[in-house]
Amino acid sequence: MEERAAVHVYESEHEATSTGLPNAKLAMWLFLASDVLLFGALITSYVVYRGRSVVGPYPNDVFDIPYTSVSSFVLLASSLTMVLALASIQRGDLPRMRLWLLATALLGLTFVGGQVYEFAAFYEEGLSLTTNLFGTTFYVLTGFHGAHVAIGILMLLSVFSLSFTGKITQKDSMTVELVGLYWHFVDIVWIVIFTVVYLIPTGP
Amino acid sequence: MDQVETPTPEHEVVTAPPHAAGRWARHPSPKEYVRIAIVLALVTAAEVAVYYIDWIHENDLLIPLLFLFALIKFALVAMWFMHLRFDSRTYARFFLIGIAGAFTLYIAVLLMFRTFA
Repeated sequence: MEERAAVHVYESEHEATSTGLPNAKLAMWLFLASDVLLFGALITSYVVYRGRSVVGPYPNDVFDIPYTSVSSFVLLASSLTMVLALASIQRGDLPRMRLWLLATALLGLTFVGGQVYEFAAFYEEGLSLTTNLFGTTFYVLTGFHGAHVAIGILMLLSVFSLSFTGKITQKDSMTVELVGLYWHFVDIVWIVIFTVVYLIPTGP
Repeated sequence: MDQVETPTPEHEVVTAPPHAAGRWARHPSPKEYVRIAIVLALVTAAEVAVYYIDWIHENDLLIPLLFLFALIKFALVAMWFMHLRFDSRTYARFFLIGIAGAFTLYIAVLLMFRTFA
């Protein structure tokens, strides 16, 4: 089953290392592990202060679940376009890789644009960073996530631009894979945020 | 390292660049990526759907179901899109150490704030 599902791909060349693994990829995983701790702390803060605000607006007053659900679908779709970009460069198909990278960046921009709109709508309803505990923990958590997405978009656009200079070829597919790892990480953090912050009810 | 192998002709769909000195690894095919994305979309739809079903709220099933769906999505992205299922287990260990640290922090803070009391 696994054999049928998989294809063999050519990974980038890398210098011999003591672990036998590319240092850049190992470093990216180490960075992601440390970023898990950052988001773990932010999500913990949100959960600990959940339902402890003494003044409104409260989550139920401002959240628009259908709207955020669409944002979640957009981010999930961007993960698909990202892996398709990687699969393209591993096949040596540079034009298609550019197309998928651009699609990923556009989906990321849509997500961030949606988040900016959501923040503006919440602010209009009276929820600022200092209004209550919910406002503080919500904006810090989702703001950090949004910043990660924005950085990811810059990384995607950088790789997209570099591909025109001849610096991204099939043998450099590791670069695309590293950007992809970061992008998927941002996606799985959103999976947790969407569940814990938006879908689990807080009560009045 | 267990995935480093010379591809058999029936699986070789990618050609190495000239003078290739890298390594071969097994990754999902684009079709498989699309299948995983469809499953992710369906699970997300189910997640949103259960949020609106009163019967699930009344029987206290909402939170367990939401956690189950989130876990499925998390695992699918990490295992397939991030290739943890196919790559060296060292990467998975690094990631799991981060998750274990975050979970320990979460429990410690909840205990400190007497959230369970």
